[in-house]
Amino acid sequence: MNKNINNLGTFILNSCKYVTNHEIINNELIITTKISNIYNLLDELKKMNDLNFEMLLDITAVDYPQRSKRFELVYNLLSLKNHLRLRVKIFLNDNEIVPSISKLYKSACWYEREVWDMYGVSFSGNNDLRRILTDYGFEGYPLRKDFPLTGFVELRYDEAKKKVVYSKVKLTQDYRNFDFLSPWEGGTLPGDEKADN
Amino acid sequence: MKEVKIKPLTINFGPQHPAAHGVLRMVLEMDGEIIERVDPHIGLLHRGTEKLIENKTYLQAVPYFDRLDYVSPMCQEHAFALAVEKLLKIEIPIRASYIRVLFSEITRILNHLLALPAMAMDVGAMTPFLWSFEQRELLMEFYEKVSGARLHAAYFRPGGVYRDMPHGLLQDIKKWAIKFPKFIKDLENLLTDNRIFKQRTVDIGIVSAEDAIDFGFTGPMLRASGVKWDLRKEESYEVYDKLDFEIPIGKNGDCYDRYFVRVEEMKESLKIIHQCIDSIPKGHVMVKNNKITPPKRKLMKTSMESLIHHFKLFTEGYKVPKGETYTSVEAPKGEFGVYIVSDGSNKPYKCKIRAPGFAHLQAMNFCSKGHMLADVVAILGSMDIVFGEIDR
Repeated sequence: MNKNINNLGTFILNSCKYVTNHEIINNELIITTKISNIYNLLDELKKMNDLNFEMLLDITAVDYPQRSKRFELVYNLLSLKNHLRLRVKIFLNDNEIVPSISKLYKSACWYEREVWDMYGVSFSGNNDLRRILTDYGFEGYPLRKDFPLTGFVELRYDEAKKKVVYSKVKLTQDYRNFDFLSPWEGGTLPGDEKADN
Repeated sequence: MKEVKIKPLTINFGPQHPAAHGVLRMVLEMDGEIIERVDPHIGLLHRGTEKLIENKTYLQAVPYFDRLDYVSPMCQEHAFALAVEKLLKIEIPIRASYIRVLFSEITRILNHLLALPAMAMDVGAMTPFLWSFEQRELLMEFYEKVSGARLHAAYFRPGGVYRDMPHGLLQDIKKWAIKFPKFIKDLENLLTDNRIFKQRTVDIGIVSAEDAIDFGFTGPMLRASGVKWDLRKEESYEVYDKLDFEIPIGKNGDCYDRYFVRVEEMKESLKIIHQCIDSIPKGHVMVKNNKITPPKRKLMKTSMESLIHHFKLFTEGYKVPKGETYTSVEAPKGEFGVYIVSDGSNKPYKCKIRAPGFAHLQAMNFCSKGHMLADVVAILGSMDIVFGEIDR
């Protein structure tokens, strides 16, 4: 399946005009495009006979808070007919809106809802963009890197009110982030840098 | 006779309902007893697995995979282990490959032994459920013998499998595998030609091949619609290319076909198990690289270096080279994929889990439209839904 991955990359770059870049990591082909072109590109990839990416496996995002374009949106495609896999990436800011592809792939609706729920990336044209995995009335986007692992609220049963209520997270001990990263492999031990001079 | 217009009715199904296979809430809009729209509300079992994995080392992430689809734990560890091995660029010993395949297939049977009778119970048959649990117990004993745990095994780890099988286990599995076809026969006697079972499942929830692909169906759900697609054959991993087995496919894509495909899959899995037992070679089960896999306990008593390796592996863990991969396996429910982005540290920067059930459940509205209320549970049962993996 991965024999001609180089050729496939060049083929897609030549035949689809919306592709801006392509790279191969671990024998997997990744192409990038602009936000405004994502619908047209996927439409092309789906309908072009030599490619035929008819299945959308997944949409997900990766958050890089330090970058100017914070989110990387990843579309994971599969072609059953041609035994090909492909990832399409776009880069976007906090406030940019992505055109929905739910009309192109029926599976896209929930995937987009999940990305919206977890990262707060919104999609235009998806008319069912509700939260999907988090609780009703949840605030924040849990998979963003600036969202704390412990969250902001916790649930408990209130004996007086006779119902389950939200309250602010109270930790008896602060969350401990063990930084084990040490120069075990390569690098220099603290203090050793002086020895070289 | 005068025609009466019935007011549309909205029914709330779940979240606590024996036929909801966990915690699924569905809002059903009905016209009399006909379903007009199904709106599944999921996420009631959301535990933030992906977020947790980002904060754990690669080895600590393994047990989370057991807890996703808790009826087929080892297949999910498998996807994670393969992904990490790909990033680390290591190859596991051949014996480990065989053990992985053997236990993946045991897991497949384990999963189908829950999926099939649970579906049967949803449409009214009690006996298969009780019978299957007896068989499941036998399989979980194999799990226990090999890993120490009945369910949450944490057995397939990046670099191989945690430890070699105990003596006599292969013979035990062989003995069980010889007896098991009789059980499948008994199960089929109860269900395959059962009039009630057929009335409840044939032509219910039909999904055509095009729709199945469009909805992102994988696994038995896709194959029941007549698409011959199985990652074990199409993108053969481990030693599947050396083994001889068939891919059963359905014709109509209805609930009955999904049942049938799963029954046939169990028979094929049994074939693979027999072949694995007969051809498993001797050798190591873990990569011999103490920067990734822990040293032998015996060595730790005498060798300082081994002790340091052990300590560093279980505190800091290993660093994975920068890169990313999407790696998937044919889990019993469909394509289970893991998308890992590594930033070169000892923790995954991002770990997205592609659960097959998520895509299947999305089609619930499509499958149920125009059917009766009672068919909703049959369709749900045939989808083999487990909320651990859908809600993550």
